[in-house]
Amino acid sequence: MRRFTWFNATSLTLGFVFLYLPMVILVIYSFNASKLVTVWAGFSTRWYGELLGNQAFLDAAWVTLKVAVASSTLATVLGTMAAYVLVRSGRFAGRTLFSGMIYAPLVMPEVITGLSLLLLFIGIGLDRGVLTIILAHTTFAMCYVSVVVSSRLVSFDRSLEEAALDLGCTPFTAFRLVTLPIIAPAVVSGWLLAFTLSLDDLVIASFTAGPSATTLPIKIFSAVRLGVSPEINALSTLMIAIVTVGVITASLISKRASLAQQRDAQAAARAQ
Amino acid sequence: MAQTVFAPWDNPDEKPLIQFKNVTKRFGDFTAIDNLTQDIYTREFFALLGPSGCGKTTMMRMLAGFENPSEGQILIAGQDMAGVPPNKRPVNMMFQSYALFPHLSVWDNIAFGLRREGAEKTQLAARVEQMLKLTRLERFARRKPHQISGGQRQRVALARSLAKAPKLLLLDEPLGALDKKLRQDTQFELMDIQEKTGTTFVIVTHDQEEAMTVASRVAVMDEGRIMQVATPAVIYEQPNSVYVADFIGDVNIIEGAATPHPQADGYSVAWAEGQPQFHAKTNRSFAPGQKCFLALRPEKVAISAEPPEEAANRIQGKIIDIAYLGNISTYHVRLPNGTMMKAQTANTRRLSRRSLTWEDAVWLSWTDTAAAVLEG
Ligand SMILES: Nc1ncnc2c1ncn2[C@@H]1O[C@H](COP(=O)(O)OP(=O)(O)O)[C@@H](O)[C@H]1O
Ligand SMILES: [Mg+2]
Repeated sequence: MRRFTWFNATSLTLGFVFLYLPMVILVIYSFNASKLVTVWAGFSTRWYGELLGNQAFLDAAWVTLKVAVASSTLATVLGTMAAYVLVRSGRFAGRTLFSGMIYAPLVMPEVITGLSLLLLFIGIGLDRGVLTIILAHTTFAMCYVSVVVSSRLVSFDRSLEEAALDLGCTPFTAFRLVTLPIIAPAVVSGWLLAFTLSLDDLVIASFTAGPSATTLPIKIFSAVRLGVSPEINALSTLMIAIVTVGVITASLISKRASLAQQRDAQAAARAQ
Repeated sequence: MAQTVFAPWDNPDEKPLIQFKNVTKRFGDFTAIDNLTQDIYTREFFALLGPSGCGKTTMMRMLAGFENPSEGQILIAGQDMAGVPPNKRPVNMMFQSYALFPHLSVWDNIAFGLRREGAEKTQLAARVEQMLKLTRLERFARRKPHQISGGQRQRVALARSLAKAPKLLLLDEPLGALDKKLRQDTQFELMDIQEKTGTTFVIVTHDQEEAMTVASRVAVMDEGRIMQVATPAVIYEQPNSVYVADFIGDVNIIEGAATPHPQADGYSVAWAEGQPQFHAKTNRSFAPGQKCFLALRPEKVAISAEPPEEAANRIQGKIIDIAYLGNISTYHVRLPNGTMMKAQTANTRRLSRRSLTWEDAVWLSWTDTAAAVLEG
């Protein structure tokens, strides 16, 4: 059987063009020597150099990085804890409600999340800045982390923890020495996911950022409103690169982990 | 007499190590353990035997602290275990699923428990090496659990649970994945360890031969209850019920009506219309005509071509089938009324010299003490 019929090839091409053409154009024009975005004037890395000299962009990049690292780390800790409790606690009154509530922010419109966080921060009198963006990002990234981690925990063999307890661990050391190392790939890919989500978030950040702190997406968005510049293209290209690396790493890690898990399961089945 | 027999359960002054007191365990409305009371003594090798799902693992898990009794009390060394978490109990368990830590090497798996109690480095290494040697795993010390075979994994699990030299060791079907030869070796190894360390073992098995080999006492379980607890020999020779007799080894069960024998101190058992009654001695008492069961082990039934003289019980039949097992043969004999009966003989002669064969008319005979007379 031929796998690439005329029809298949066309639809594949159309789909990919649709997805990636805009980005490819952006990347190509970031290497444009001309100041006019739409006129090609030869290859140059000039705008990347210029970017490094732009203090406002560098500041925004620094804020974005701080926010992404801090919020994804916090979200990973909280999300893992939430996943662990929900998967482990078995049945208790309101369990379905709780697990549903953990995942609700995934489908909540970002505008609403952003707005409600803004109201909260104003309500408790917290000045908007880096801290508020971190808190806001932690809130929504946590759900993603807990989804990723709990899907791993569901297939985690409970008797491993029991064996650890039996050999003298407290519940906490059992978690640290046995559970965590085994679910680590899921935790790491949860972190990477949270990191990339924070990196490219515009909506929630716009609500919770203050004059003292602006993230890159906000900066780009406001800059573009004054006209697209080649500098913005260069900056966006860099962000595409970072996000791509993050996502690919996350998926490689979870792929490898699930392969290892399959292999262990097969080995265990052979042993029976 | 040379040695005193190990039988702490007969000594009223002996303090049991483990006490189950009216323990019931329910999962939802399913009763897994049903009002169970049992003592287990220090240095015992206590075997739990029973069909799958009868509650053996549940008993172990309650001892280890992973399940709490729904009712009743469990005491270890006189201390009530209610509310004592698994890591605070002087108990180690070998899991039926092994539960080896996949991210740690065989060596680190075995060292895990020792590290938790903060064992000193050289001592820890020495202990791990000793365990590796005992379970013949030296060559695999650096491997991960998924890089070794099922039998090897089982040995790692055993070594890991032994490493801390616990007061009480729970083994849940420890030898299931081993082939016969290695299983026997390991059984003797376990008994040896037990002798050396004085550890008390509770072992779950569904292999009755294994239970008979290793155990000081065997408990035969059914649906969350212990049917009989006794030494392997007593379980085998004097089962207290048809269930136990049937569960352990091969047995002929003959239903009949008991009548006290006029002269001897036993009973005559009418078991089939028009057939001679069987005679059996027992210290149970039956009312005249009471229903009873004779449990007769095949190896206690003699088989011969000529009518035997002076046998308390004898009956003629025809050989229908012969199961040749190398060292012994089991003859399936049809009695005149159609009942099948098994008789077993040791093959002390070569095959060609044996006289009995298919369709031969033969005599079966046994003494009046050969069969156990049971109420049900
Ligand atoms: N956590 C549980 N929840 C519900 N039922 C259980 C649970 N654990 C065991 N059971 C039930 O209790 C019975 C005894 O199980 P178990 O002790 O594992 O039997 P076995 O003698 O084969 O080891 C089984 O019928 C099993 O289905
Ligand atoms: Mg079991």
